Amino acid sequence: MYAAITRTPINAQALLDRVRNRSNGAALLFIGTVRDHNDGREVRGLRYDAYEAMAQAELEAIAHEATERLGSDDIAIEHRVGELDVSDIAVAIAVGAAHRATAYEVSRFIIEEIKRRVPIWKEERYVDGEDRWLEGTVPPARAPIR
Amino acid sequence: MLRVRILLFAAYRDWAGTGEVTLDVAAGASVGAAIRALRGHGDLWRLPEKPIVAVNREYADLDTRLRDGDEVAILPPVAGG
Repeated sequence: MYAAITRTPINAQALLDRVRNRSNGAALLFIGTVRDHNDGREVRGLRYDAYEAMAQAELEAIAHEATERLGSDDIAIEHRVGELDVSDIAVAIAVGAAHRATAYEVSRFIIEEIKRRVPIWKEERYVDGEDRWLEGTVPPARAPIR
Repeated sequence: MLRVRILLFAAYRDWAGTGEVTLDVAAGASVGAAIRALRGHGDLWRLPEKPIVAVNREYADLDTRLRDGDEVAILPPVAGG
């Protein structure tokens, strides 16, 4: 299992290679990339801000939960932060499994949990020169911790 | 008195004009009380009534009691992926 917040470009092939082995008949790679448009506006790039220490901890917690679903630790995840251009990889998730159905299910679980609870924010930079923080998702409520 | 660090991110950082504020609060104060004390800082009056918070890197509730040295983060709704 591997999970990391990174400031350098993501090497998706390297993540895929981490989850390939003799007992897996499926190795699935998901990459999320920067789109050149959103809400009808032309996008020239994105800036991801993060509470890096907590984002790293949440990403590891998601990876742990995913290993329980998968029944193995053949999971590799990276999320990039900082300045990204159109087409750059923002997030990559590799899952290895004996059979494809499990790989698809666990990969989907991981990306949905990332969107739901990892403290990362996205500022779109538009071709017209404006910048805007995107609306996000409220994470699940937690009880008082003390 | 307790001293806590308040961390701000994304739009909230822009509103505050800084990503970090050190705040002294009364013993026994809650996270919610610390945030009320911050609302006069920069444009932080724009914060929602019940923002998302984390204490020492874990999501927490506004009723959580502060301890000296706590790291309190006020988080906009998240938008990773």
